[in-house]
Amino acid sequence: MVKKTKDGLYIKPIEKGTTIDHLPVGTALHVLNIIGKTDSAITVAIGVPSRKLGKKDLVFVENKTLSNEQIAQIALIAPGATLNIIEKNEVILKSRLEMPKKVVGLITCINPKCITNMESVETIFYIENNALARCHYCEKIMSKDDYTARLRL
Amino acid sequence: MARKKRPKKGLGGQLSFSDIVSISDFSRNDIEIILSEAKKLEKMPLQAKKQLLFGKTVATLFFEPSTRTKLSFETAAQNLGAGVIGFADANVSSAKKGESLSDTIRVVSDYADIIVMRHYIEGAARLASEVSKKPIINAGDGSNQHPTQTLLDLYTVEKAFGKIDGLTIGLFGDLRYGRTVHSLAQALALFNDVGLVLISPETLALPDYVKKQIEGRIKYIEAQELSEFIKELDVLYVTRIQKERFADPVEYEKVKGKYGLNKKSLEKAKENLKVMHPLPRVDELSTDIDQTKHALYFEQAKNGVIVREALLNLLKDVKKW
Repeated sequence: MVKKTKDGLYIKPIEKGTTIDHLPVGTALHVLNIIGKTDSAITVAIGVPSRKLGKKDLVFVENKTLSNEQIAQIALIAPGATLNIIEKNEVILKSRLEMPKKVVGLITCINPKCITNMESVETIFYIENNALARCHYCEKIMSKDDYTARLRL
Repeated sequence: MARKKRPKKGLGGQLSFSDIVSISDFSRNDIEIILSEAKKLEKMPLQAKKQLLFGKTVATLFFEPSTRTKLSFETAAQNLGAGVIGFADANVSSAKKGESLSDTIRVVSDYADIIVMRHYIEGAARLASEVSKKPIINAGDGSNQHPTQTLLDLYTVEKAFGKIDGLTIGLFGDLRYGRTVHSLAQALALFNDVGLVLISPETLALPDYVKKQIEGRIKYIEAQELSEFIKELDVLYVTRIQKERFADPVEYEKVKGKYGLNKKSLEKAKENLKVMHPLPRVDELSTDIDQTKHALYFEQAKNGVIVREALLNLLKDVKKW
């Protein structure tokens, strides 16, 4: 079943599973990393036209719902993305992902001298203005690029 | 790992926390409670002070060497009548055998009433505060925080001027790597109408993330020449520029001369300008200033004891869980 969207693209809607829409261009590859190895079929579109964003990425995952941790990680790197849960070709749950204020155990600290890189301690970060993440322990600040590269997978 | 929730209030609802970990935890009210406790203890006769922590034990766990900080904490504990246990080097602790910091702290928190800790790992003090039943006082965690230094700096300024509000304070030297000036700038931003003059080589300017923390809360200007601003300063806080920060030794030599302070560089200063320095000094602060009325750095080091006494006294009965 292949359908032409309003944007003029051909993409296969899924009967059951999860779709992540309105991803900023370039984030789909990170989302794939977050989803990791899976038996589910995944369809990815990168840099496709979007009325809302100009361009966007899309990820469709068949027959699978994501864990809360995976959703929190996607919210961190792609706030504003839309997550849809699909059952029998219908969207049964639609949610706009929001940037969390605090993230626990999802990313590692950039500071090699941080206690979280030395001992078995769950990381905690506070997300501050301009999407900067401040380590609860060593207080070092990471940019979005820094922590996107440090997702705990 | 199980983590206990920190109580919202310290003893008697005075301080808004039960561990001294980071200046970023402090409100102005917290700072004022500590400074006023220090003022009270400074006037108290030693014999009376000796009763305050009688029967208590203070542990000083120094995983990294220190002279002033360790000795001043131990003096403070003894002045208040407490027993002192601890070590001065990670090599003589079970950390050398591979014991985790969390385990060491859990065990010591059953032995002592307050734990003073210096560690080379950043964030070690925060973790310790989360696993310890007793209050932790951070005596330095790597290049992160050294809150008791900031508190003694503030006490010294307040004692010299009778206030902190409204002063113009110059921070001079290495403002990039020095944790002392970062914490001091953060703390001064809690006061009213303080003006900061940040004087450093361009390459050693205050980092952007520190500027972001103080922006909108304190007026500051950045400069490279002390002579332009010396007339306006009430306090000049000098820090050491370290040779290893420069790839080119010639650059270091140039900067070293320019960011060294001597009696001559203070000729145009206000009569009551006070020069501070966290010590140890090398050659950035000439000894010819020592005998002038501007020198406040030895007084500052002395105040370390009284401020640490205040912290120990405020935290002595705190049981976190």
